[in-house]
Amino acid sequence: MTARALSVVLPLLMAPLAFAVIHRVKARFAGRQGKPLMQIYRDIRKCLGKGATLSRTTTWLFRAGPTINLAATLAALSFVPLGGLPAAVSFPGDIFVFAYLLAMGRFFTIMAALDTGSSFEGMGASREAVYSCLAEPMLFLALLALARHSGDLSLSGMLAAVSAGSWLTGAPVLALVTVALFLILLAENCRVPFDDPTTHLELTMIHEVMVLDHGGPDFAFIEYAQTLKLWIFAAVATSLLLPAASGSLVWDALWGLAGVFAAAAAVGVTESVMARLRLTRVPPLLAAAGAFAALALILVGG
Amino acid sequence: MDMISLAHAAVVPVILANLALLASSRLVTCIRLVALQGAVISVTPLIFESGPLTVHTAVLCAVALGLKGVVFPQLLHRTLRRVVVRHEIEPYLGYPLSILLGILGLLASLWLAGRLGVPAASYRSFAAAFATILTGLLLIVTRKKAFTQVMGYLAAENGIFLLTAVLAPGGPLFIELAILLDVFVAVFVMGIAIHHINRQFDCIDTDRFCSLKD
Amino acid sequence: MPLYLTALFVLLATALAALASGRGRAANLVGPLGCLAGCGLGLFAAVSALTAPVPPVLRLPWSVPYGAISLTIDPLSALFLLPVFILGAAAALYGKGYLSGLAGKRHLGAHWFFFCLMVLGMALTVCAANAVFFLVSWEIMSLAPFFLICLHHEEDRVRTAARTYLFAAHLGTAFLMAFFLILGHLAGSMEFSAMARVAPDVLGPYAPALFFLALAGFGVKAGIVPLHVWLPEAHPAAPSHVSAFMSGALIKAGVYGVLRSLTLLGPLAPWMGQTLLAIGILTGVLGLLAGLGQGELKRFLAFSSIENMGIIFLGLGLGVLAAATGHPGPALFALSGLLFHVINHALLKGLLFFGAGSVLHAVGHGFMERLGGLSKRMPFTAGACVLAGAAISGLPPGNAFFGELLIYVGGGLAAMDMPLTDAVWAWTGVAGLAFIGGLSVIGFTRACGMVFSGEPRTADAVNAHDPDPLMRAAMWSLGLLALGAALAAPFLFTAMLPAARLLLAGQSTVLPVLPSEVVNPETLLTAAASLTFGAAALALILAFARSRLLAGRSVRSHGTWDCGYIRPAPRMQYTASSYAEPMTVLFRRLLGEKRRFTPPEGLFPATGTSRFATETPDRVKDDFFAPLFSAVLTACDALKRFQHGNLNLYILYLLATLVILLAIALGFAA
Repeated sequence: MTARALSVVLPLLMAPLAFAVIHRVKARFAGRQGKPLMQIYRDIRKCLGKGATLSRTTTWLFRAGPTINLAATLAALSFVPLGGLPAAVSFPGDIFVFAYLLAMGRFFTIMAALDTGSSFEGMGASREAVYSCLAEPMLFLALLALARHSGDLSLSGMLAAVSAGSWLTGAPVLALVTVALFLILLAENCRVPFDDPTTHLELTMIHEVMVLDHGGPDFAFIEYAQTLKLWIFAAVATSLLLPAASGSLVWDALWGLAGVFAAAAAVGVTESVMARLRLTRVPPLLAAAGAFAALALILVGG
Repeated sequence: MDMISLAHAAVVPVILANLALLASSRLVTCIRLVALQGAVISVTPLIFESGPLTVHTAVLCAVALGLKGVVFPQLLHRTLRRVVVRHEIEPYLGYPLSILLGILGLLASLWLAGRLGVPAASYRSFAAAFATILTGLLLIVTRKKAFTQVMGYLAAENGIFLLTAVLAPGGPLFIELAILLDVFVAVFVMGIAIHHINRQFDCIDTDRFCSLKD
Repeated sequence: MPLYLTALFVLLATALAALASGRGRAANLVGPLGCLAGCGLGLFAAVSALTAPVPPVLRLPWSVPYGAISLTIDPLSALFLLPVFILGAAAALYGKGYLSGLAGKRHLGAHWFFFCLMVLGMALTVCAANAVFFLVSWEIMSLAPFFLICLHHEEDRVRTAARTYLFAAHLGTAFLMAFFLILGHLAGSMEFSAMARVAPDVLGPYAPALFFLALAGFGVKAGIVPLHVWLPEAHPAAPSHVSAFMSGALIKAGVYGVLRSLTLLGPLAPWMGQTLLAIGILTGVLGLLAGLGQGELKRFLAFSSIENMGIIFLGLGLGVLAAATGHPGPALFALSGLLFHVINHALLKGLLFFGAGSVLHAVGHGFMERLGGLSKRMPFTAGACVLAGAAISGLPPGNAFFGELLIYVGGGLAAMDMPLTDAVWAWTGVAGLAFIGGLSVIGFTRACGMVFSGEPRTADAVNAHDPDPLMRAAMWSLGLLALGAALAAPFLFTAMLPAARLLLAGQSTVLPVLPSEVVNPETLLTAAASLTFGAAALALILAFARSRLLAGRSVRSHGTWDCGYIRPAPRMQYTASSYAEPMTVLFRRLLGEKRRFTPPEGLFPATGTSRFATETPDRVKDDFFAPLFSAVLTACDALKRFQHGNLNLYILYLLATLVILLAIALGFAA
């Protein structure tokens, strides 16, 4: 019970920190000090304390977007185990509910962006919709490969079935799935090489441009949901790469945390050493993720 | 690691190299990919050898590794430097579609392996080998630069080599060596030919040959 | 059964009464009210038949050769009666409001006559248990919409659409006649029950031909690619309540037909599942991709219906494949999922067509590039359409999500259990369904965003308003039913199960009590429903928290952030075609998108000299059917030589035919 609660409470508290790790790694690569690790918490608190400025063009859809997105992300989080800690909720077939909850958040984020009538936000919304449409089948292929590997159709179950021993016998499969999941992580969280979250030109943004008009508590919701989403994918990818089964609650939790922060650091390194891809090169990269997953499926056996 | 997972570990880079070959337009990358694929494939006879290691398998692997991993890439790099081409500019078939066809080819190979009743142990390796041959042929058919077509030819040869390793482990050494030598000569000749085409016509696009038919 | 017959009788009486009450208001009162009453009665009959332990049966002799008035309401029929009567009632309600402005200008009596006939025909079709009777009902159901589509017959586009519909419907029926004649010949009877008893070894050699005949005949009605060409023409041309019924219920008759014919074809084979699965993916993906190129709201909705047919056939393919390879658990999951999706799609697409109808009613057209900002002017319609759009994209906690979830889990279980070569198909199905879902999100964010969000792009949209109470009541009823279906998903699954079992009744494999030991469907649906509704509740809590946070703080209004540009104008908003551009470019070759571009010339180009336009034609129609039909026409030209106009010669033809037939018959007798 404690373990299940921990796998939700820890991300709720520490997801922004994992986000801060990315900033810190990127800053170090650029030879800068980087902003304090706790800055992101202060930013969120500041936004929560502010009033709001709403566009005259917008309706309830604009205000509902960030709220629904945060709620959907929180619900999706409840399916995600952390290291050796089981997820709060788990049932066979939950991978589909998990993916569709994220899609639900995305739908309303897109609608909120379109509600402003801004062509820049329309552009971002269009790209977000297209990339996620291409990423989703790849995510399902990767998860199905794991399902066949483990004989379990729940996210917790299929991740728990991976142990250090399964890397000895099924290394190619697991490696392919991990790479595919890492690519999907980058795409779904709008990181380099799919999108550059720190770009300064509206034309080149994807996710950031969709939330240009949000401010105050709405923006705090958006930021927080984004850190949670990163946590979700990082936790899934790392519990594959660093399977833990010490049996001790504390060690499992620590191992899981270490994994998530390592994944965040990996994202930071990727962003530092790579440039963002031209938009037309993104679909082939997502197709590559799909090819990895499909190959894993073929190798699983049976 | 038992034999099956070793075979898997070999199959993965081969298939990934196929897809990457179909996806990449830079010729240097193509050379490296074919070389990498060739190097991996050259050691596969060791995996599929059922008994103890024989001299003749070892020799075959060593020669193949030397040719596919070192000599061919060197020759090709040299030719590339001479003709000063970097990219396949406009293939007949776009890259996303090529990748899709590559994946379909892999699925078709799997289906074929199932239909032919290939034993479970070499099922996937057979499919990978066949998919490599298909990839090579696809490259030859859909690309314009003579250079990329040579890449396709080499990939197809890689596939044939893997196929023999899978189907006839410890098989006819001399035939394989002979094929290798043939390819060696072919690459050599093509290097010269491409060089001359380039000098003559200032480009190596094969579609321009059509104007020569009269 | 008595209730069902009473409902049919009420519909028939209403049809005649409407015809008798003339062109005007009287007809617009009698027609909808009677239709509402008939459909209400029918709904009760359908629900009671669904829960009846033994299916109600009626058999009366009929003077038509081989025919009999033979009706059976088994669980499959009862399930398909639900969308017929629900949408019949809702469309009648909506249509009354929709047509009120046309009283006297159009012959509303005739309109309601054909409308009742269409509902009646479909109610008979899904219950008919005799092939001749089935074909007669099928024809009534197929012909009536032709007259309904023709309501605005002075428009060229409407006449073309109606003609296309008529041709497609007739071609489909021709395949069906061949199908039933062969099957009836093998069975020695035109009763479905006799057909189902044909021994597998007798049926065996004919099974592939029969399968494809049924697929072609029913597929035309269902709108599967490449037989879908009539659908995107007919739906936008018809008045919206008719499009709602056609899209929600009528095309489901095609699905029903395929399902029913599968029960008649003996043991299912893996290749049938693979064919259906491939058709499903093709239909789903191509339907929406083509839909992304459309600029008209109802035309897009028509393509979305094609896509949903794709989902249904995908589920069917998965189910048949799993059943044929001895995995009844996943098969039951996929089959009950597709049946659930039939109901869900009926409710949501009905609602969406009503919404589109309200837009058309208020603005006069549905061209997305000229609309925008309607959510301020018609908040009710906007809210209904956005929520229905989210739900039909399969997003939780909408009702369509639970149907798709069942198909997904069926596919997932199949992908885990099957041998590699079969599992590849299941994987393709799951990935295809995910891709279709993503495309659907693009499609509906595009349609809703362009029509309802932002600022009006032209003056057309400025004076729009929500529809009258009657039309709103129709939309409310479908919306609430959809919500109810989502909330009651675990119970509804139990209602789908008998029909799904019926489809597998002819299989030799023993059916498990519950679909799978690995996954209990009811637990799955309960967990999924409580979690996703929990997420919705959480959203409400967060919204409350947000409003508490903002209470007492400054909430200012301002213009949308324009990135520093001084004079933004509504025309600068992102357009529907730009929104879909990344996807249409990616699949340009497949879609055959045409671009006309006149670039600006010179350093200071004059205004109005440069143009850019894109168009996504239906490639199946232009590149396949058009050449085919013109080839047929050319071939038929050769027959003109026999057409002299000379009566003596014509009689000679008759005589010659008779003599030849006689010779053949006698020759065979010898």
